[in-house]
Amino acid sequence: MTGDPTPEEKPVFAATSGSGKASTAPGGRGEESLRTDPWYVRYTLTGLTVLIVGGLVAVPLASVFAQAFARGFAAYWRYLTDDPDTRHSMFLTLAVAPVAVALNTVFGIAAAYTIARFRFPGRTLLTTLIDLPFSVSPVVAGLVFVLLFGLQAPLGGWLKEHGYQVIFAPPALVLATAFVTFPFVARELIPVLEANGPEEEIAARSLGASGWQMFWRVTVPNIKWGLLYGVILCNARAMGEFGAIAVVSGKITGRTDTMPLRVEKLFQGMKADDTAAAFAVASVLTLLSLVTLGLKVAVEAKLKREQKAAAERDGAAR
Amino acid sequence: MSAGARRALPGFGLGLGYTVLYLSLMVLIPLAMAVLKAAELSWAEFWAAVWTPQAVAAYKLTFAASLTAAAINVVLGLVVAWTLVRYQFPGKRLVDALVDVPFALPTAVAGLVYASLYMKTGWFGQFLVPLGFEGAYSRTGIVLVLVFTGFPFVVRTVQPVLEDLDAEAEEAAHILGASRWQTFRRVLLPTLIPPALTGFTLAFARAVGEYGSVIFVSSNLPFETEIAPILVVTRLEEFAYREAAAIAVLLLGFSFALLVPVNLLERWSKRHDG
Repeated sequence: MTGDPTPEEKPVFAATSGSGKASTAPGGRGEESLRTDPWYVRYTLTGLTVLIVGGLVAVPLASVFAQAFARGFAAYWRYLTDDPDTRHSMFLTLAVAPVAVALNTVFGIAAAYTIARFRFPGRTLLTTLIDLPFSVSPVVAGLVFVLLFGLQAPLGGWLKEHGYQVIFAPPALVLATAFVTFPFVARELIPVLEANGPEEEIAARSLGASGWQMFWRVTVPNIKWGLLYGVILCNARAMGEFGAIAVVSGKITGRTDTMPLRVEKLFQGMKADDTAAAFAVASVLTLLSLVTLGLKVAVEAKLKREQKAAAERDGAAR
Repeated sequence: MSAGARRALPGFGLGLGYTVLYLSLMVLIPLAMAVLKAAELSWAEFWAAVWTPQAVAAYKLTFAASLTAAAINVVLGLVVAWTLVRYQFPGKRLVDALVDVPFALPTAVAGLVYASLYMKTGWFGQFLVPLGFEGAYSRTGIVLVLVFTGFPFVVRTVQPVLEDLDAEAEEAAHILGASRWQTFRRVLLPTLIPPALTGFTLAFARAVGEYGSVIFVSSNLPFETEIAPILVVTRLEEFAYREAAAIAVLLLGFSFALLVPVNLLERWSKRHDG
């Protein structure tokens, strides 16, 4: 079991796509015919796959843009820029998401370093607890912050008396977003740090580096692609969050509506142009998520190289 | 590396302290608040809050729709994962990248688009509604959008297992005279079941808590198309905080209970890989 090369190769990420390997594995050994299905099976399954991914994903994506541009580019631009409430929702999304992502990034690095580098009682429990927010319904996530900071709650009432409004205001949006995206960075970093091993950090220390010097010059550079990957995923979810924000924001038009909430309000709107405007805002969100996926594919390639390098260093050290 | 690393590396106290502090402030204390709030109710009151006929109808719909969507995802996911790993075709990398879209696309956008596609006037609806397939503002619509949000789970759990499979077992089966179909059923399928089940459970867990996309495609009528998370929102809008917390605690309990099979399944699939 030990010394087997496979553990390093195994995908560590839930959403890793490793199509590169598939193309080399069967052909490389020259037993193509044994593992190749008959042509009619191949064609049927390939056709089905294209149908499934097309109908489930590609057509809906195309339809977002088709409906957003249904009344021409000028109208599209007007939907996005003329309405002050829509403009404010974009501003709010771009202001709230980075704060939540920054909070979770600092936490993610601290948690991953602690969990990957040290063994202590309760380590498994801590790892499980970090994943907890993923299994909480967004609505429940929003509710807990209403219970804490709502005006009916002791803490919320006290803060209000001292001039701080949390609920139905941007601070609650940040809290709810940070809760929902809590595990992303930590989850991505733990396996990357574990694959890297502590050898270089120990070497830096023995050569006289201070703790922070070691952290900034050795730890962070070694995990930079994994870190970027986690931040990208975290940010995508943060910008698109709906349920938790719907509960804590009070949905005040022009005040606490983020872009996803604005989409809903426009979709329910009665004016003739409202549906097209809803799709215009949705198309911006869609574009953001497509950019996220593009970055993700690019970073994934880098990340694989980083892990391979780490594995080779590891092998050389043994 | 354990004991040695702790002595050799700095930052254990700071790292653990910050991790536990932030985790407590951001997640544990807020979640505990919901439990405390619900605990203000007596048992009878709690029961009356969470077990009304309307709530039971919503739980039933949530579970049935989530189970159906997750089951559909297993079938679709196996087909797509198999094709992506075993075959070459033009546009394969694009198809592979598109599989991740449901993870990245905001749920509100998914709901908006699915509602408009399956409406009577929509791209799909104009053909499907005359055939009696109501894919919007109906229970079918809820299942459809849940299939979308959970789609990547099974593909992404099965794909790496298929890629890592050794050719030897298949060759041996072939040499011993098994047909392609027998090989699939007896040799390949057993190794694909654990990851497919993991994907099923993940998709199911995600679907049970889903809110954003569903409220767009559903008419949200009590007893008809109202899902469980909407109950929480409705109670909140009535300022019935304790009742909202009670329903939330029930939902939390269910999703935590789901974590157990997820963890067991993941351990089981790891054993199968090794």
